Amino acid sequence: MTARAIALLLAIVLLATVPVWMPGIYYVNVASQILIYAVFALGLNILAGYGGLVSLGHAGLFGIACYATGYLLQLGFGHAFAIVAATVVGVAATAIFAVLSLRASGIGFIMITLALGEILWGLAYRWISLTGGDNGINVKTRPEPFGLSLADAGHFYYATFVVFVIAIATVAIFARSPLGAALMGTRDQPRRMNALGYHVLAIRFWACLFSGLLTAWSGILFVYYTQFISPQTLSLTSSAEVLLMVISGGAGTLLGPVVGAALVVIVKTVVSGFIERWNFLLGAIFVAIVILMPEGLVPGSVRLWRLAFGRRTRKPAAVPETKP
Amino acid sequence: MSALAIARLRKSFGGLNVTRDVNLSVEPGERRLIIGPNGAGKTTLFNLITGDLTPDSGTISLLGQDITGVPSRRRAHLGMARTYQIITLFARNTILHNVCLALLGLSPLRWNPFIDMKRQGHIVEDARAALKQVGLDAIAERPLSQTSYGERRRVEIAMALAQKPKVLLLDEPFAGLSIDERRDVHQCLMDIPRDVTMVMIEHNMDVALEFAERITLLHFGEVIVEGTRSDVVNDPRTREVYLGH
Repeated sequence: MTARAIALLLAIVLLATVPVWMPGIYYVNVASQILIYAVFALGLNILAGYGGLVSLGHAGLFGIACYATGYLLQLGFGHAFAIVAATVVGVAATAIFAVLSLRASGIGFIMITLALGEILWGLAYRWISLTGGDNGINVKTRPEPFGLSLADAGHFYYATFVVFVIAIATVAIFARSPLGAALMGTRDQPRRMNALGYHVLAIRFWACLFSGLLTAWSGILFVYYTQFISPQTLSLTSSAEVLLMVISGGAGTLLGPVVGAALVVIVKTVVSGFIERWNFLLGAIFVAIVILMPEGLVPGSVRLWRLAFGRRTRKPAAVPETKP
Repeated sequence: MSALAIARLRKSFGGLNVTRDVNLSVEPGERRLIIGPNGAGKTTLFNLITGDLTPDSGTISLLGQDITGVPSRRRAHLGMARTYQIITLFARNTILHNVCLALLGLSPLRWNPFIDMKRQGHIVEDARAALKQVGLDAIAERPLSQTSYGERRRVEIAMALAQKPKVLLLDEPFAGLSIDERRDVHQCLMDIPRDVTMVMIEHNMDVALEFAERITLLHFGEVIVEGTRSDVVNDPRTREVYLGH
């Protein structure tokens, strides 16, 4: 077994047993939050990292899945129906989002997604008959799959963990697949990809849908976790926060968004209990990341690790390496 | 039937007529050289042929099929490939991955989100074969960022060849190369079989003349002289606008 496989196995075992070794429900809930945001960040990373399409409206899509779940439960539908329907609604909303915003790329794409996100936030505030406005929607119960009540923090964590594993596995498979490679190609050389026979717009559209699916799943988990949804969740701050998770962890990497989500959630929930000005601390951490590892925590750490121990671990190169 | 036929093609950017009533007919298997001073509209002509630009009027046909309204990406599927004057490659990936992307572009597998790209045996084999054609198979796994300019030129050619095009458009394949590199690229091009029709833009007359059978001279967007190699080289108009006295 390679060191990599051992590390992976260890990480899975540790994550799968969080409720067993974590001291107290509070920390189990923090772990659930990290995984929920990790799924969200993985979804955004499809676009922002692999596709080079930075979205500042993803909190709107996240919020749509939240509201869809809450609203359907309020109408008296069952959990299974609400979850499936919220997934469909989330992906459908992403499709509309994509049709409107994929007319542009780069700054144009950012601005259109920003505008669409703001529209959804405005609707959440003002369409009171549907969303409850400022009061939001309460979700009274959590599902009980196979008779296992997710009202228990530990059980809820396991459910979140399952979704997280499915999400990260699909992203890992996607990233090595031809379609994943094509998406990264459209990020680096869209014109060339077109000349090679690829349908750049269609590839980006599918990437949006995939991103929307993971975003919807994280939204559904989130609304069951907090059992409450209000317009706050759709704000630009939320969109920026998840984008910061992706960028600080390492855009375009598999583990980057997960590490970024852990960083932000831990500082926001745990460290904020000790330091009043936690926002200041988070800002300082981001500045440090930008200065020391502009490519993100995960690729940055790998680079520093190689710099320190590279000579021993790297295979002998056939040719002398040159700096790019 | 011509491999590539262009009739009365026009393109202008505002008041600037970059392509004026260009007619061009390239026979299957032919090696055509397009020359002309800077700003003659050579690259614009290529961009019109590949569909990167839309002509104002006129028609383009590939192997007898009118492709004037066909989107750029479809033209690749119909058998057209090009290389760029300014090298346009995937710098974060290996040489092999670059060529695999070229192959996948024409394969239905490009839509597949489930399979592992590196395990598609036939794609990887074909990519290695294309790299062997340009003499880069030994360094296939090397990241593109660690290759020389001449090697990148050859990667461009390998990507075009991997697509098994019927018509290959080469936009200044010798630009910026050292004498040794020029010889390597020249050899690659000479080894391409006759079932590929080639159209080349080039300023390096010593290598280009050896390659070309027929030459078209463009000047201010118009075809001034066209004919066999010796006809065009000896034409007084060629001397006047291009070669100099």
